[in-house]
Amino acid sequence: MRKPWMLALLVAASLPAYPADVGLVKISHGSVTIERGAERIAAAVGTPVQASDVIVTGADGAAGITFSDNSLVSVGPSSVFAIDKYAFDTTTYAGEFQGTLSKGRLAAVSGKMVQQTPESMKIRTPSAIMGVRGTEFVVQVDEPAAR
Amino acid sequence: MGRLAAVLLAAALAAGCASQPVTPALFAVLPAPDGHIGTIVVDHDGDRRLIHSAYGSEQLRADGTLEAGQLSEAQVKQFDATLAALPAPPATFILYFLEDSDELTDASQRELEQMFAEIRRRPLPDIVVIGHTDTIGARRYNDHLSLARAERVREMLIEHGIPPERIQARGRGERELLVPTPDQVREPRNRRVEINVR
Repeated sequence: MRKPWMLALLVAASLPAYPADVGLVKISHGSVTIERGAERIAAAVGTPVQASDVIVTGADGAAGITFSDNSLVSVGPSSVFAIDKYAFDTTTYAGEFQGTLSKGRLAAVSGKMVQQTPESMKIRTPSAIMGVRGTEFVVQVDEPAAR
Repeated sequence: MGRLAAVLLAAALAAGCASQPVTPALFAVLPAPDGHIGTIVVDHDGDRRLIHSAYGSEQLRADGTLEAGQLSEAQVKQFDATLAALPAPPATFILYFLEDSDELTDASQRELEQMFAEIRRRPLPDIVVIGHTDTIGARRYNDHLSLARAERVREMLIEHGIPPERIQARGRGERELLVPTPDQVREPRNRRVEINVR
C-alpha cells in the first residue's frame, strides 16, 4: 500500500450544507439586489440564492444564477424575477421550479429536473405561463399598453 | 334564432369579464450551443402553444392573442446583455489512473493543464470530485482507493489555485462502473475520477 488511505479518509472534506440555499449568483453586473422577506441583499458573485428570493436588477444590471439541479438562469437589465418555488432531490432528480418574471428579460437553460420530468420548470409572466421541456429559452415582459 | 343570440351574448359577456389588461410578453426557444433545439409550452388563458424550433417564438399581444413567429435579429440583440450573464453550462472531466494506484495515467497527466485552465475561467466554481475503481480487489479496499483518487485530484486542484472550500471529494468504490464488468476484472476505463464543475 503506497498511500495512507486512512489519512485520506480523515481529511476528506465536505462542504457544510445550507439546506435553504438552492442556487448561487455566478455573474453579477451593475445593480443587482436580492429581496428576501424584508431584507435587501446586494447580490455580489457568490451570494447564495434561496427559494422565494426576488432578484431585482437596475438599468445597468444583469445576474447569472446556477441552481442545484444545474438549471441556469440569467436576469437581464431592469428586470424583476421571483423564485416562487424551488425543490430538487439530488438522488431521484425529482423537483419543481416555479418562477415569475414580472418585468424585463430572462434567459435560461433547464437542468436535471426537466430532463427527468418535462414541465417541472414553469415561468410565469403577468398574463401567461410557460412550461419548459428543455433546454434553452428566453422570455421578455413588455410594459403593459397605456390605457 | 333567439337562442343562438343568447348564446352569443353569453360568450361575449364571458369574454368581457375575462378581459383583464394583458401584459404583453415574448417567449422563444434558442438553439443550445451543441445545436439541440428545445421545446417550451406557452399558455395564455388555456390557449396552449408549443414552440419547438430554433428562434421560434410566441408573442402575447396586448389584445390577448398569441402570435407564432421567429425572433428577428433585432429581437435577439435585445437579449445580448441578458444572455451575456448566463453562467457557463456545467462540465465533466474524466481522469484515468494506474492500477491499484492514485497515480494518473500519462494520457490523463497530459490533459491536466487544459482542465485546470477551463476550471479557472469559471467564477466561483462548485466542484465535486468522485473517485471510482475497477472490480479487482475487495469492495472495502476499493472504497478507500476511490476516495484516495478523488482526494489526490482535490489536492491538485487546490495546488492550482482553486479554494479548498469549493471542492468536495467522494469515493464511490466499484459501484458506478463506466464499463460494466463482472467482479475481479481489470478495466482501465473504470479506474477513474470524474470532476463535475458547475
